[in-house]
Amino acid sequence: MTTLIVLTATSLGLAGLYFLLSSGLSLIFGLMDVLNVAHAAIFGVGGYAAWIVMDRLTLIEALPARFAVALVVAVIFGCALGYVVERTLIARNYGDHLTQILITLGLAFVIEGLIGGIFSYSPRTIAQPAWFADITMILGGRIPNSRILIFGISALVLVSLLFFMKKSKYGLIIRAGVENRQMVQALGIDVARSFTFVFVLGAALACLGGALGAVYFTGITPALGPNLLIFAFIVVIIGGLGSIGGTAIAAALVAFTQQIVNFYVSTGLGDIAVVGLLAAVLLLRPQGLLGRVASA
Amino acid sequence: MPGGDAALSVQDLQVHRGEAHVLEAVSFEVRPRRVTALLGRNGAGKTTTLMTILGLLEGSGSIRLFGEEILGVATHHLVRRGIGYVPEDREVFSTLTVAENLRLAARTPEATQRLDLVHELFPDLLRRSAQRAGALSGGQQQMVAIARAILNPNRLLLIDEPSKGLAPIVVGQVVEALAKAASATTILLVDQNIRVAQRLATDAIVLDHGAVVFTGSMEDLAADADLTQRYLGVAPSSRDSTNGTVKGSAQ
Repeated sequence: MTTLIVLTATSLGLAGLYFLLSSGLSLIFGLMDVLNVAHAAIFGVGGYAAWIVMDRLTLIEALPARFAVALVVAVIFGCALGYVVERTLIARNYGDHLTQILITLGLAFVIEGLIGGIFSYSPRTIAQPAWFADITMILGGRIPNSRILIFGISALVLVSLLFFMKKSKYGLIIRAGVENRQMVQALGIDVARSFTFVFVLGAALACLGGALGAVYFTGITPALGPNLLIFAFIVVIIGGLGSIGGTAIAAALVAFTQQIVNFYVSTGLGDIAVVGLLAAVLLLRPQGLLGRVASA
Repeated sequence: MPGGDAALSVQDLQVHRGEAHVLEAVSFEVRPRRVTALLGRNGAGKTTTLMTILGLLEGSGSIRLFGEEILGVATHHLVRRGIGYVPEDREVFSTLTVAENLRLAARTPEATQRLDLVHELFPDLLRRSAQRAGALSGGQQQMVAIARAILNPNRLLLIDEPSKGLAPIVVGQVVEALAKAASATTILLVDQNIRVAQRLATDAIVLDHGAVVFTGSMEDLAADADLTQRYLGVAPSSRDSTNGTVKGSAQ
């Protein structure tokens, strides 16, 4: 029983990372119809932004405070990178899927290569507050605090995003745009501006995920993001394009399946089980758990 | 000069969709504060014309709104300049509530005040404001679609098939709402239901295979049995002068 609790806690931590990585991807794909293959590489940028702050910003001695700054810096990096990428590379290629894929694939290689060239391909270990490695007992299970932290931040992001989508005018535009972009334009709304906003939001979330991923995976390499890309796409498809709630559920399902199968069946089989889960969802509900068929 | 006094002047409009030449040098004018019916059989190019005016499709030629060239202007700018649009298949946002659909459409300070007018026209929408638009009946969805368009003051309303697929009693309600909207704005109306067009419109344009084959008054069109039969596939009808209802049959 305690093993199951530990596995669940680990799964929820991993689910949090998957959610942060995939929610932006899902919105970008759902609203903008852009398959951003570089999204996971942006996740990696967040990891290295956090690492730089934790490694170099010795001005702030207290590690918890430094980590808080690292998260903020990662998000700012994400916003800036997202804005530049959308404005310079994506904006002029809306509707041209092949070009989008080629450009973002190239961008992913460039980001990975740049990170490797600047920081080397050797794993970097992020300095962490001691509290992260401490254990909290939950129902008899020994849960590392870092997992609780990652899950907590991700849950906070989820609630904030749901609130934003439900209550704000921008959220309303995004929800409507996922369903029917053309009609949103016909109501006098500049969809292109929403596109930029969503791309920036997605990149910021990915970088936040990358910063937390640096904690979860202990060490980071330039391949941190790209290694997770396949799982991000699986989460997006299972959850349904453009659905924040669906992405959260799918992230939990994928992470839990991976962890349980890896532990109880065989290490490595968890990834295959996730593909099986994807196939099952596609057969039973092709639009994803909470997805809808877009009309334009 | 074309377009001088017209609310809308379309000149030599050409539109291609894929391989098809959908509109071939379409030219017509819409007089201000009038309802003009754009009629024709299926595939004549009516919806394409509306979508091109609204900038949702690309075309060549000239489209002037109160004298100002608008061809090539982005859709959201055109809407902000005062063009309202009710699409053919309602296209309400099914995952949003009725209130959210209206909130999304509200873009001017007047919209809040006009919301009362909308609820007066369609009291059902007030009762169902918290309901998802996708769960509404076809008629109720049409009310949402019209409400979104008339929530803001418009200089021109483009309305595509407002009676399509609706029960006769709902059509009556929709026509009543459009008649009220017509008192304050210019309307270009597409409708397969000739009776609806006759009740609302004073002017008519008939399209056939992407070309204009008639422009004139609705009365002249209704009086031309050969024309209505050939291009609209309907039997002649006449307007009852006492109550404004129309006798006649649509095939």
